[in-house]
Amino acid sequence: MVTLKIERNGTIEHFEVSEGQTLLSALYEIKEKYDTTLTFAAGCRASVCGTCAVRVNDKEVLACAHKVCDGDVVAPLRFHPLLRDLKVDKSQALQTLQRSEAVLHHYGEAVLAPKDAHKTERQSDCILCDSCYSACPVLAVDEAFLGPFALTRAYRYAIDPRESDNRSIIDAIQQKGVWDCTLCGECTAVCPKGIDPKSDILQLRTLSAQAGYSDPNFAAQSFGTPDFGGGFGFDPNGGF
Amino acid sequence: MCRLAPEAIARLERLGVPFSRIKASQSDANQNPSPFTLHPSLKCIAQRRMGGASAPRACYAQDYTGLKILHTLYDHAWHSGVTFLNEHLLLALEPHRAYFWDIRQGKVVAVNAKAIVLATGGFGAIYHGHTTNLYGATGDGLAAAYRAGATLSDPEFVQFHPTGLYSSNILISESARGEGGYLVNEAGERFTDELAPRDEVARAIFAQMQAGGKVYLDLRHLGKEKLEALLPQEMALARLHEGVDPTEALLPIKPVVHYTMGGIETTLKAEVKGCEGLFAAGECANMHIHGANRLGGNSLLEIVVFGEIAGKAAAAYAKEYDNSVPISDRAEALTQRIRKICDRKGGENLYTLRRELGDLLYEKAGIIRSADGLKAAQIKLNDLKEKLQAIDLGDSSLQNNQALVEYLEFENALLLAELLIDAALKRQESRGAHYREDFPETNDLFAYHIEAKQGGADGNA
Repeated sequence: MVTLKIERNGTIEHFEVSEGQTLLSALYEIKEKYDTTLTFAAGCRASVCGTCAVRVNDKEVLACAHKVCDGDVVAPLRFHPLLRDLKVDKSQALQTLQRSEAVLHHYGEAVLAPKDAHKTERQSDCILCDSCYSACPVLAVDEAFLGPFALTRAYRYAIDPRESDNRSIIDAIQQKGVWDCTLCGECTAVCPKGIDPKSDILQLRTLSAQAGYSDPNFAAQSFGTPDFGGGFGFDPNGGF
Repeated sequence: MCRLAPEAIARLERLGVPFSRIKASQSDANQNPSPFTLHPSLKCIAQRRMGGASAPRACYAQDYTGLKILHTLYDHAWHSGVTFLNEHLLLALEPHRAYFWDIRQGKVVAVNAKAIVLATGGFGAIYHGHTTNLYGATGDGLAAAYRAGATLSDPEFVQFHPTGLYSSNILISESARGEGGYLVNEAGERFTDELAPRDEVARAIFAQMQAGGKVYLDLRHLGKEKLEALLPQEMALARLHEGVDPTEALLPIKPVVHYTMGGIETTLKAEVKGCEGLFAAGECANMHIHGANRLGGNSLLEIVVFGEIAGKAAAAYAKEYDNSVPISDRAEALTQRIRKICDRKGGENLYTLRRELGDLLYEKAGIIRSADGLKAAQIKLNDLKEKLQAIDLGDSSLQNNQALVEYLEFENALLLAELLIDAALKRQESRGAHYREDFPETNDLFAYHIEAKQGGADGNA
């Protein structure tokens, strides 16, 4: 037997469960044997539906893909309204999909090669488990930030050769988007599907620059005068 | 469906589904001769041969075709401003109205609609503990439609996948056998042709299990290097869920429920027979596409083709429909019923009974069936139905009550289990996924669909 410490509406409760199982099956063991009120979200058991993400020892995992260890501390995802015990409301986070304009807007007929499909193979593996969203430190200070999964999706569609005009995507990710990311990589570290939102965000910055946008943080810093247009703010002759 | 398939793929392509591709230089040489003239943008979509097919026909997106179609459509739904009522469980249907349990708020919600489309999936999860399906695949849409007067047909045709992981039921893809994996019994002997059709392999495995033995997938002879290169997903799943490293040890497996061919009887325009303004598509519907045994790849094609047909038919119906919605209101009665379930005291545990139902169906109404076994299953099922009334949820909260949701799903599971067992008993022959050891041959006297309708006598069609 191993002991699980489960955070329930602010308090920690201890439960003894059998070892060698996934956290999800352990949660059902608790429900059957000790406490039917324990509440969590679950679906496919096979890491494809994205329903059961929680935090174990302060790191986001899918409950169905985590083997229980003695002393594991289990808590709900961060930056989502808590509904009950380990179950959270994801609707607010999902709205970032709309705000980021992450969709194919203007289909243009294109003959894709295997390498084109390969470019967004990983990005399109996303199961919307919200692990990256919960791990993102920017959301701790700015709840309006678009967050990692929406930006990865925006990137997926922005570079699709079938998208004949990605302007609306690029426009949508400037405010509270690509430039607000700190590139800490927490999102990449927790993704159960091996997606790398941090890299995608870097790529989106490049696409944004090509579309005429610039880093507002960089522009706001003073590197000396004069500004040589475009709001870039960096004077190579500034002599620092 | 086949005729509409190329256009369905073209539509997904225009929406941005990330299909796998082949090189343009190969697209003419390698593809099937097709009666359709395809644009080069479609010809470059890769196709794979599925079990039972004579040529590579199934377009795919790596090994996540369904997931990638789903998420691409989801992105479009957000963009088109579709309203989602998340965590609403369908309780009941009546003409032009659906009642839901709003799980978060803990109340009954009535939604009026000129037209309703059911896309609620199958009922494989009634075989709890023996299925690849998600927990919630308990046939909630089928049960609601049945109670509203729809006809359910072919519930006895349940497809088993031969190789689920023994304790977790996680699917180990057919490619493990395709690459040369063996099926062996406890004595380490092979006992069947690993590449025979799914139902045959599943029966051979189940026969070993009935004789008291365990069955394993043996991949060791393929070598670590080859396994890691060809079956990385399978290796990871086996280590995580079964605690077994298939490069070094035998992997315990069993056949698990994968798909339910039967469902709500509909026309080919997706109209639910006997229910005004109600449409259905996908695994919950039965358009007689899959017969007694579905072919790989056809369920995705079905949902794409008939999803569109259902949507368009419902929209056309809604435009024509100008009557007002019904004035009857069952919300209060449904609420009272749920309150009673939440407050009830008793000695039965929902989760124990759910497991018992799954085990019962797997053993007596699963891969190999017989009159004796099915009759025993009927008796035990009646016992479970009685025990249902004594379930103590242990949670009287109305909001976010997970046990209540699982209880309501279990009620639906019991209904579908009953219809399934009855039909399996009636079908005194073997056909497709339905195998009766007391009637091992196909008998064309049974070349019809077994139907069930509430209140009425079960009919044949």
